[in-house]
Amino acid sequence: MKPVNQKAWLLVAPVLALVAFSAVIPLMTVVNYSVQDTFGANQFFWAGTVWYEQVLASERFWNALGRNLVFSFIILLIEIPLGVFIALNMPKKGPGVAACLVLMALPLLIPWNVVGTIWQVFGRVDIGLLGSSLALAGVDYNYVQDPVDAWVTLIVMDVWHWTSLVALLAYAGLVSIPDAFYQAARIDGASGWAVFRFVQAPKMARVLTIAVLLRFMDSFMIYTEPFVVTGGGPGNSTTFLSIDLVQMAVGQFDLGPAAAMSIIYFLIILLFSWVFYAVMTRHDDEGAKGGQS
Amino acid sequence: MARIEISGVRHSYLRAPQSDEDYALRRIDHVWETGGAYALLGPSGCGKTSLLNIMSGLVRPTEGRILFDGRDVTDLPTERRNIAQVFQFPVIYDTMTVAENLAFPLRNRGVRDAEVGRRVDEMLAILGLADRGRQRARGLSAEDKQKISLGRGLIRSDVNAILFDEPLTVIDPLMKWELRTQLRQLHQRLGHTMVYVTHDQTEALTFADQVVVMHEGMIVQVGTPADLFERPQHTFVGYFIGSPGMNVLPVRADGDGLSAGGVRLDPSPLSLSTEGRLEAGVRPEHVRLGREGAPARLLRVDDLGRRRIARLDLSGVMLLAALPEGSEIPSDPCVTFEPGMVHLYRDSWRVSGERLP
Amino acid sequence: MLELQDVSFRNGGEVHIHPTSLSLSPGEINVLLGPTGSGKTSLMRLMAGLDRPASGRLLFRGADVTGVPVRRRNVAMVYQQFINYPTWTVRRNIASPLQVRGVSRDEIDEAVARAARLLGLTHLLDRLPTQLSGGQQQRVALARAIVRKADLVLLDEPLANLDYKLREELREELPALFRDAGSVVVYATTEPAEALLLGGRTATLSEGRITQFGPTLEVYRTPASLSSAHTFSDPPLNVLAVRNEGGRPFPDNEIPEIACRLGLTPAGRTTLAFRPHHLRRGEGSQDAHRFEVEVVSSEIMGSESYIHVALGPVRWVMLVEGVYAPAPGERLQVSLDARSAMFFSEAGLALSGAKAE
Repeated sequence: MKPVNQKAWLLVAPVLALVAFSAVIPLMTVVNYSVQDTFGANQFFWAGTVWYEQVLASERFWNALGRNLVFSFIILLIEIPLGVFIALNMPKKGPGVAACLVLMALPLLIPWNVVGTIWQVFGRVDIGLLGSSLALAGVDYNYVQDPVDAWVTLIVMDVWHWTSLVALLAYAGLVSIPDAFYQAARIDGASGWAVFRFVQAPKMARVLTIAVLLRFMDSFMIYTEPFVVTGGGPGNSTTFLSIDLVQMAVGQFDLGPAAAMSIIYFLIILLFSWVFYAVMTRHDDEGAKGGQS
Repeated sequence: MARIEISGVRHSYLRAPQSDEDYALRRIDHVWETGGAYALLGPSGCGKTSLLNIMSGLVRPTEGRILFDGRDVTDLPTERRNIAQVFQFPVIYDTMTVAENLAFPLRNRGVRDAEVGRRVDEMLAILGLADRGRQRARGLSAEDKQKISLGRGLIRSDVNAILFDEPLTVIDPLMKWELRTQLRQLHQRLGHTMVYVTHDQTEALTFADQVVVMHEGMIVQVGTPADLFERPQHTFVGYFIGSPGMNVLPVRADGDGLSAGGVRLDPSPLSLSTEGRLEAGVRPEHVRLGREGAPARLLRVDDLGRRRIARLDLSGVMLLAALPEGSEIPSDPCVTFEPGMVHLYRDSWRVSGERLP
Repeated sequence: MLELQDVSFRNGGEVHIHPTSLSLSPGEINVLLGPTGSGKTSLMRLMAGLDRPASGRLLFRGADVTGVPVRRRNVAMVYQQFINYPTWTVRRNIASPLQVRGVSRDEIDEAVARAARLLGLTHLLDRLPTQLSGGQQQRVALARAIVRKADLVLLDEPLANLDYKLREELREELPALFRDAGSVVVYATTEPAEALLLGGRTATLSEGRITQFGPTLEVYRTPASLSSAHTFSDPPLNVLAVRNEGGRPFPDNEIPEIACRLGLTPAGRTTLAFRPHHLRRGEGSQDAHRFEVEVVSSEIMGSESYIHVALGPVRWVMLVEGVYAPAPGERLQVSLDARSAMFFSEAGLALSGAKAE
């Protein structure tokens, strides 16, 4: 028995090493930077919580965080209902299923930087199909100059790119509902809305929590799209935390504040993930109780 | 409540059925009388679930009509047929309490709140769930969930019939007894027309006043449990009802009359024409082992607690005999059949004495 | 020979199996009988090595195999669900455990042919599992368990998803299938009738404990405890709390004295228990226990009838041969032969002379 156990540890060792290199060590380095100051030449001084205080006191940080939250909120508000709506209207059987699934999966297969480039070109007023047709139609659209247009572009991009993930997850929840539930609901005289409210929604709740969690974390860490399309502009209108962070660290080489900011950023994500996790496991507990008695 | 008439129903799941084999239901004509307790019994694939779904309107038959009290409902959807159905696996609305589950069909039909409350309380009492009304339905045991599924049907005043699709599949044996007895008492008390689909003869026979036996898309016999046991109209009924099923032996005709496995069938219907394949059916319960009769070789005895099953070789034919607990079985037994309990079958269908030429 | 020595199992602070000792031998089927959640599957998982016991040891042919993982043991399992490789033919499905082991082609062909013959699958060898009926699919799974000549064969309610009649047939074949393989065969079921049909030895389980283990008929006839008797009874066991002070026995319940004349009972407070078919109509013999009961309802099975009766607040089931349906409310004189009465102490243990026959 014992040798078997140790063999198992050996098998896990490479993964542990990888995680240490890719996550733990960089994180510790960042923690290190966040409490030190440097004047170059690899000379570091203890700075305590100065950077944290500076970051938390800066309007720039709170503005970026606000933008992030608003962006994630809008994204979720559009993508979740839209994804559910699409899932509800996808065929449940027949040859249409495969076609639908492939079609839905397409945007997910495109690399993120490519998505950015596609939309950057697509939306350009001079050569982009969307931009120029809008211009022809007389709509004053220019994401380079107008903050609202820039936001609309980013949101449309994200919705186009990620709604199908929500739809696929919701669909997986839907097809797992046995036919008997629909039949029983029909017999009980339930309206279409009642079927959704009492049969489909409860059965989809689990996967939707996962969808919300994934979409929130992902949209909260948004970087590539604004970087490629708007570069954070116009002005600071699309400067999200990640963009700000990179500008601070790479552009201005303010390692200390950038490190402090990324730690705060990390903690925020951790906090939200924990909240979601707590909500999801509470669901599990109830389910387990139901299954046992 | 209603009298449900199934008239000339044929159904195929294929788009262009050619032969009889393509039909899940070959031809069904049957009437479910108001207030009856029926069982629809047969092995899987015999078409019993198809027939149930046709009655509830979940499936539209290829041919034939469905009439409720003489009104043609063939083209009406499920929700307008006023049918209630209990499925194999309990269907409950997870997010609702027990009381809300029961109230659901009433609320959907716009029944007034005061009326809903009154009827829910009444139904909770009938189902023996009075103390559980406020509990979340998802936390209940399988048998309580099945009771709620049933309650959602019983609570409606407009229900024509309640259909059960193998409702005890996920229930433990001892709870099955309880639930079945309750179901029967509910039927006696409330008098709904009930149709209970199952492959389990114990469930069918104990629940129903009339059992409808199906085989390969056809109804082979309709009768009381006693009818099915004592006068199986088809060898399939003899095999399917009873545990173990009926012995079916080839019949030989000679100058003196008929015999099966060397046992003379007495009194022999001498005038019986010997066309077709003649067989004799005799239940293991009606086989007598003793010192007189046709000699048989004892192969094995299984002791099943309250019964003993003897396996015999009777002139080359396998014969089963069921004897009560503790009875003696001679080592070289002779076989006789209980008089009046041997049935004759021509091409699998029973030849009744009165109709002999 | 598989031996469990004080094996227990806990999961997340919850005790699934209390310390259990059991010795299982090859050559006959070992049945684990108990309701859902009594620990049958947990115990099988421990035997297979899928779970590691919290305490105790497992010995196989005298060697300690505690903690040896399942893939290093030679274990075959058949589940309630029909599990086959969907894209492989029946032949390849059956052959798969041998192919993994690198057995020669000829040997594989021979083993597959033999298993297929035993289970009546010969004509289906080139089909895919999806083209088979449920019963046939489960036969394929059983054939796979047979060819691998496993040391330990675990069958976890393998017939639960099959039709009643099919179950009856497979149940009869099963003991013979594994008799000569030299494997230790364990069979879990919730149904007492199944245990009786399989014969062999039976362990009754209740709430994670083995309440009795021995030859099936012995466990059925002389239950060591009330719990074991309850587990091994379908229809449910009838019980009556009894008190005997100064040689005058009376029911320990609100039952009119006139309705109940008890024969000999042990002194003190005991539980009288008996099986439904032992309650007979009429006065019975001199030393029989006699009761006057009220009919609640009756269920007719064709060959026999179940009469639900009430003795004051106590509910019993009576199993009578033939068709018999007294009207609800009717009063019946019934008796219980002294030899069929079982008595259990207040702690639920069998008292001497507590026998069924």
